[in-house]
Amino acid sequence: MIKSLKTLSHDLSDPAYQLDVLNNYSESLRQQPKFKEKLEEVDLYPLRPTGIEIFQINVGYMCNMTCKHCHVDAGPDRDEVMTKETLEHCLEALRNSDISTVDLTGGAPEMNPHFRWFVEQVSDLGKEIIVRSNLTILTTAPKYQELPEFFAEHDVEVTCSLPFYNKSRTDRQRGEGTYDRSIEALKKLNEIGYGIEGSGLELNLVYNPTGAFLPGSQESLEKEFKRQLDRKHGIRFNNLFTITNLPISRYLNFLLESDNLDEYMDRLITSFNPSAAKGVMCRNTISVGWDGTLYDCDFNQMLEMPVEEEAPQHISEWNEAKLNGREIKINQHCFGCTAGAGSSCGGTTT
Amino acid sequence: MSDSYYNPKDLKKFEDVGEFGPELAEKFFDYYGAVFEEGALSAREKALIALAVSHTVQCPYCIDAYTTESLEKGASEEQMMEAVHVASAIRGGSSLVHGVQMMNKTKDLSM
Repeated sequence: MIKSLKTLSHDLSDPAYQLDVLNNYSESLRQQPKFKEKLEEVDLYPLRPTGIEIFQINVGYMCNMTCKHCHVDAGPDRDEVMTKETLEHCLEALRNSDISTVDLTGGAPEMNPHFRWFVEQVSDLGKEIIVRSNLTILTTAPKYQELPEFFAEHDVEVTCSLPFYNKSRTDRQRGEGTYDRSIEALKKLNEIGYGIEGSGLELNLVYNPTGAFLPGSQESLEKEFKRQLDRKHGIRFNNLFTITNLPISRYLNFLLESDNLDEYMDRLITSFNPSAAKGVMCRNTISVGWDGTLYDCDFNQMLEMPVEEEAPQHISEWNEAKLNGREIKINQHCFGCTAGAGSSCGGTTT
Repeated sequence: MSDSYYNPKDLKKFEDVGEFGPELAEKFFDYYGAVFEEGALSAREKALIALAVSHTVQCPYCIDAYTTESLEKGASEEQMMEAVHVASAIRGGSSLVHGVQMMNKTKDLSM
């Protein structure tokens, strides 16, 4: 079994070290403009929320997979899992808010022991629910195999990872056997109506580059994925979201080991797009960590950069007005969300 | 003075060729950009054609650039290698087809 950086006590499991690498690892990186300077150039500094629309909860870092690019450093050896008490705090915050969308992520969010209960509760609040599924989990134990029907029952939007339309590239990033199991899960989701026109059950795929390069046009990649997956497996889906790999955690490790870091950062920085910066997801999202700590986004969560001190730090202290007035924390990794057409959990931002 | 003919870092300086002649460079890059836009051929198909041609003209800058471009546009390794074989087949074929000329000449000269 591949171990997480944390279990290996790897240097890169330390967020402070990761940020130091991004800023100072080489002469080239030291000379790069800072994200703050680029925001100043386009009058976006300090970066502030436009209003929270998406409540993203990371319900735990435990996962059945150990993908090479994972920014969470998730895996079977991670035991950080959100407790029922913290989930209750989330529900309390949602009850007192107009936030429309609850986005569940992990790890494999399905592995949180309170997952079904929580989805039911959020569903009762009338919120839209997105589950970020790695697909393979849906082919493991019977309790997970039953999830597609459960998702359909609660009108959950299933947004799942599939980095490429073929086996070799998918398995190289996500582990041997991933592609075949993902296809099996997608077929099951299609069978009950997910991704099928008129069913109202939304099935989206997330594409992320399987190496040190940026995603191409989302529209064009969606077309190609639809063509290839339909031709090879008869699989349908609604949208493809392209996500740029952010240079943190295991992906940062890959960039360092393959000697691609300088070049990759240069690509991200020279591709800085002011429109993408304007539409970054941290402006309309709040990210709740497994222990209830509040972050500007899931990436800041992994870098242990909680929301600024003036804002509530924990979900139990929820105060939407204060959070909407906060200054969003930034660093060099943020260039990942502002390159080209932009990148967010919902794909491009321009 | 450089001690080699090709330096990967020079690829990034491509647009600097305008320094010695901005007008023609501008015209060229406008044209270049338009050529690679999505059209009757997709941007991915164009990247694959460019990758094949890069191998025909054996331009290391172009090979680096269009390998990355093909990957970004969502081409698979199989598609990229097939494109290179197309270049190779045409290149080999263009030599071999001249064998007909050789045969014609031989026949002209022979008893």
